[in-house]
Amino acid sequence: MAGIAGGVDSAGDGDAGAIVRILKGDRLMLGYYFGLALRSLRRNVALTALMVTVVGFGIGASATVLTTLRAMAVDPIPDKSSQLFVPQIDAWGPPTGPAATTAVRKLSDQLTYRDAMALMRAHRAEQQTAMYSVSLDAVAPDGVPLSVNGRAAYTDFFSMFEVPFRNGGPWSQADDAASTNVVVLSSKLADRLFPHAAAVGKTISLSDRDYRIVGVIGDWNPVPRYYDLGQGNGLADAESVFLPFSTAIDRQMAMYGLISCASRFAPGWAGQLASDCTWIQFWVQLPTAAAARDYRAFLYNYAAQQRQLGRFHWPPNVALRDVRQWMALEISVPDTLRVSSVVAFGFLIVCLTNAAGLMLARFSGRAGELGVRRAMGASRGDIGLQCLMETAVVGLPGGVLGLGLAAAGLASQRALHMVTGATAAVARATSLDGGMVVITLVLAVCATVCSALYPVWRASHVQPAWQLKTQ
Amino acid sequence: MEILPILSALRRNKVGAMLIALQVAVTLAIVCNCLSIIEQYREQMARPSGMNEANLFTVVNSWVGQPGDLKPRIAADLGALRSLPGVLDAEAVDGFPLGGSGWATGINPQPNQRQPAAMTAEYFVDEHGLAVYGVKLIAGRWFNADEVQDLHIGDDVHAPSIVLTQRLAQALFPSGNALGETAYINGDAHPLRIVGIVERAQSFRAGYNHDQATVENSIFVPNHYLGGFMTYLVRTRPGALALAMAKVRDGLYAVTRRRIISSVVPFAETRQRAYQTDRSLSILLAALCALLLTVTACGIVGLVLYWVAQRRRQIGMRRALGARRMDIVRYFQLENLLIAGTGAALGIAIGLGGNTWLAQTLILNRMSAGYVVVGAVVVLVLSQAAVLWPALRAAAIPPAAAIRDL
Repeated sequence: MAGIAGGVDSAGDGDAGAIVRILKGDRLMLGYYFGLALRSLRRNVALTALMVTVVGFGIGASATVLTTLRAMAVDPIPDKSSQLFVPQIDAWGPPTGPAATTAVRKLSDQLTYRDAMALMRAHRAEQQTAMYSVSLDAVAPDGVPLSVNGRAAYTDFFSMFEVPFRNGGPWSQADDAASTNVVVLSSKLADRLFPHAAAVGKTISLSDRDYRIVGVIGDWNPVPRYYDLGQGNGLADAESVFLPFSTAIDRQMAMYGLISCASRFAPGWAGQLASDCTWIQFWVQLPTAAAARDYRAFLYNYAAQQRQLGRFHWPPNVALRDVRQWMALEISVPDTLRVSSVVAFGFLIVCLTNAAGLMLARFSGRAGELGVRRAMGASRGDIGLQCLMETAVVGLPGGVLGLGLAAAGLASQRALHMVTGATAAVARATSLDGGMVVITLVLAVCATVCSALYPVWRASHVQPAWQLKTQ
Repeated sequence: MEILPILSALRRNKVGAMLIALQVAVTLAIVCNCLSIIEQYREQMARPSGMNEANLFTVVNSWVGQPGDLKPRIAADLGALRSLPGVLDAEAVDGFPLGGSGWATGINPQPNQRQPAAMTAEYFVDEHGLAVYGVKLIAGRWFNADEVQDLHIGDDVHAPSIVLTQRLAQALFPSGNALGETAYINGDAHPLRIVGIVERAQSFRAGYNHDQATVENSIFVPNHYLGGFMTYLVRTRPGALALAMAKVRDGLYAVTRRRIISSVVPFAETRQRAYQTDRSLSILLAALCALLLTVTACGIVGLVLYWVAQRRRQIGMRRALGARRMDIVRYFQLENLLIAGTGAALGIAIGLGGNTWLAQTLILNRMSAGYVVVGAVVVLVLSQAAVLWPALRAAAIPPAAAIRDL
């Protein structure tokens, strides 16, 4: 106890001294309560163990589902998430046909090639990139061909999404303009294809075409893969090859992903480029709120202009969403995860109700002791604080047990393939990180203390005289 | 006869009793819903795909570069596959039941409709399709070789005829025989004559589709599919599956080594993967239910043990006044039945309410009354069992306790 109080002994006199004395008193009492709590919990090991177990199970189940839910909602680029925006343009018009009145059509999450090129040419944002995903093949040093996922983008992609480089760097804007045959590789692919030498500067053959390697990116695999959420939960891995958008278009590289069309289009590559099909992802970087406002106005004017030109037959319908808004709109939490969340939190409620019952039993059983303390001059607040400390002391080990159970739960989720997606992304979405550990422990203590509020209130209202009499 | 004293004793212990009742209620609500989900998933996983699933495997293949001459390449590969030991027939397909990916389209019994009468999976097949898919033709005929056209992506190919499933035929032509009728791809005016009907063929999305009304919407179209991302479907003689699968890579590499064989998978594994999420959720829910029941039982034991300790003197008094041990046990069992019964009634209400949301979210049928009854019985029996040990401890209190503890 002396050790706890010792830290504030050096304080001066006067008002400050009074405050320090109160603080000192409180800290002394809290330390005393902590000691009391430990002693009283030791007195009934079975009941304490039961409470800790019950709290641990409830917290473990909720932390398991919370980890995955959080991984899907966590801000992947906190310092820039309010500066990166996705523009959307309605290139199809309102739905027609018998169901038109009831159908609410979502704005397409991708752009047509025509609109994407128009926005690139207008160059109204600080940085911007049109992009789409492709599938390529490479040949490993042992002669075995392997297929690799690629992304065709503009050079701004790398600075916009803060892609770290291990060697070399991004290609230049001149490369974008000239459709140069250059690529940036992921470190994993570079190490696989060039195990004994630096990859930068080498030539690589992808789908029977030669490309010069200008850069190798470092460890980078955002979860969720917010720059292209695709269809579903966003748990896809970053690509292994990046190449200029204009090069991919010139090579007529087929799009490896979703293409949505409102009507049939002329066959062939030129037909796809001229069609109203949406298949290009587009991002812009707008550093200030004013820039975002201006860009929104620009989008509106663009759509209005397209209407004047006779391409759109409907009023402008555009949107501009930042990373967080985009994720909220696009990431669909799998139904199975939603159901398991509800069940897990129902489980937590049962566990906490259970703990509340056990607390009630424990404090009522000690009504005599608490009555004596009240008779000796302890206030209701003192008793309440003492009891709350006792519950917090149960909550913390409950939280630690919960963490262990959550780790086991997440491991079984991985083993059962509960969450679908790319292996690396799913592994990250089903692992406890530092933030989750803190959240779990805080949740455990808060939940236990909340469940104990009524039992504590009852305990602090013990009638000293009545208790002493029955003794 | 003992109800009234129990009720008056409970009045002094309102909150403790309410906490037990609440636990029982939430436990029951969760358990009966989980049982209902698990059982419905089990039924869905057992649905037949419509194919003869034995002796079937798939090969996912692509070529190095982006070759333009897909037709001779596919023909050469199919030739190699069909000459493998144990292989009966093979086909290059865009998709197959439970496969996970493929083509889908809207279909209508009238031309030029913007709203589809039904969405359907579209399988491109040739004259080998019937044998390779192993579907059962129940009316009409399969395609002849001269009906089959080449299909490149973006091509405006008009097939002369289609074969569809019995279920889709009923959806499009509810009043009569679909055989010989015409159907139209959505927004299209080109007539597709229905030349055959198969008993069933599930959609490639069957693993995610819980809706029995649409899961068997499939059509077969006589096209040689020459697009990317295609799969070889290979049927073997009974017992020759493992042998053919072991030889398939070498057989294809003999045609050319400049290819990427991403996977060689028996159909049994495809089925397993298609229902992986459902199976995982079932296991997880079953485990949570077991834990939940354990926790609830432990809570009841803990609280009632405390009540017994609290009423030690009163119990001793009753024993001293002539109550048998049996009477004490019965008192606690009856008290628990009252509390748990109240909780169960509440739990049935919560469970049915929650089931409305659940059925919408997972596209399942509403929970049948049977699960509520089973859940209630399970929870009540469990809580009676949980109270037995504390009750026996109570019964063991000697009559002398009435005075000794004063």
